[in-house]
Amino acid sequence: MRAMASSDTPRRTGTDLVKRGLAEMLRGGVIMDVVTASEAKVAEDAGAVAVMALERVPADIRRDGGVARMSDPALIEGIKAAVTIPVMAKARIGHFAEAQVLQSLGVDYIDESEVLTPADEANHIDKWGFTAPFVCGATNLGEALRRISEGAAMIRSKGEAGTGDIKEAVRHLRSVLGDIRSVTQADSAEIYGWAKQLQAPVSLVAELAETGKLPVPLFCAGGIATPADAALVMQLGAEACFVGSGIFKSSDPARFARAIVEATTHFQDPEIVAKVSRGLGEAMRGQESVAVETRLSERGW
Amino acid sequence: MNAPTIGVLALQGDVREHRRMLAGLGATTVEVRRPADLSCVDGLVIPGGESTAISVLLGTSGLLPPLRARLAAGMPTLGTCAGMILLAGEVVDGRPDQERLAAVDITVRRNAFGRQVDSFETDLDVRGIEGPPLHAVFIRAPLVERVGHEVEVLAEVPGRDGVRRPVVCRQGPVLVAAFHPELSGDARLHRRFLGLVGGAEAANAAASASREEP
Repeated sequence: MRAMASSDTPRRTGTDLVKRGLAEMLRGGVIMDVVTASEAKVAEDAGAVAVMALERVPADIRRDGGVARMSDPALIEGIKAAVTIPVMAKARIGHFAEAQVLQSLGVDYIDESEVLTPADEANHIDKWGFTAPFVCGATNLGEALRRISEGAAMIRSKGEAGTGDIKEAVRHLRSVLGDIRSVTQADSAEIYGWAKQLQAPVSLVAELAETGKLPVPLFCAGGIATPADAALVMQLGAEACFVGSGIFKSSDPARFARAIVEATTHFQDPEIVAKVSRGLGEAMRGQESVAVETRLSERGW
Repeated sequence: MNAPTIGVLALQGDVREHRRMLAGLGATTVEVRRPADLSCVDGLVIPGGESTAISVLLGTSGLLPPLRARLAAGMPTLGTCAGMILLAGEVVDGRPDQERLAAVDITVRRNAFGRQVDSFETDLDVRGIEGPPLHAVFIRAPLVERVGHEVEVLAEVPGRDGVRRPVVCRQGPVLVAAFHPELSGDARLHRRFLGLVGGAEAANAAASASREEP
């Protein structure tokens, strides 16, 4: 092996392809919320494709109330040191200084998340200026396209985090994917009407009409609590699952983690979903999404 | 020769991009999730993804024994990124319980370039691939630290220490790359792989023909 030759071509970091590429690699997998290094190990052992490093899972954020902020860098570093898979962390909506800190820590994906208390009532982070990729939540197609126009490299449904109730995530996925199907039927004149209705850039709507899919992967988050929940959202068209409170608020986190990983891969195979669900124990108790006091999914614009 | 049937291991990762690339070259593709899926394929692609997750799922899906048997019997296989790690004989910075298919006698270091902020695009000369350099996307990519005698090194890039190390290798019918040819839209490495599939079919046909002759 010889020393670096002068003819080596330059390398470009933080490009669209590099940012979206990591999201492509996570497809078909499960990203798990963890609050300690030992939970992160449980997640990795179970076959998680990434972990989300947090101080509190959404169910506890709900219970505790108060202002929810970026996690302590020491906690994120401890989790990074514990596992070999990608580590994600959350910044508040619009809080670009928190995002800068997360990027400097070497976080692999930054979640500009409605689960934390928003920092800006009008603006999301301008994500194009960052080398680290961003994931953002969306409840409908317009929101998804606005986040992509700001530089998001992955979109996830918001669902209603911390409830263990899947119906909001189903609503969001059906809304995004249903509108994508409709846009692909639009003629060239109707693209402008769609852009106006969605409050999204015409260029992104036109690209969507052409390709029939978002330019970045669409994952599901918010309310997944069982293997069958994962199979449901994957069949609806989600490309991977984020599981927040659903694993470590269940009666047997290691088993739940592995079962949800298997169900996400074999989502078209009900026999396997049945096998991993059998005798699994109690899912997180949860609360019905209509009964919650604070609807996190209404945060973000 | 009829269009070959190529399986894409679909436990996790960027399966769709590989299928699109192979279909564009005229191959029939199938997703491989269960042991039965493996029986009808002429070659296999192990895609990019998380190697630890794919390793767990190889165990739970029951695919490991038949996959090892097919590899031992010389099934042409392409592994990209996580696929390279899984096909390697030895893995550094992996998990001790991570499955090693050991189809290529190399030692691979996971996440050799650093974290996602260090992921990059570059252009790469690959031996045996004609035309302009291949555009290569490295995402939390591995790097080869040792190659066995039977391994042919087809491309190298400098690692973090500035020393050039292999990123494309071939051993017999198994081709591995540390980057993602399936993401950049350049089909030449996949074409090279289909050439290995065609070569294996021709060799099998010749072997069965010679067995039939008295």
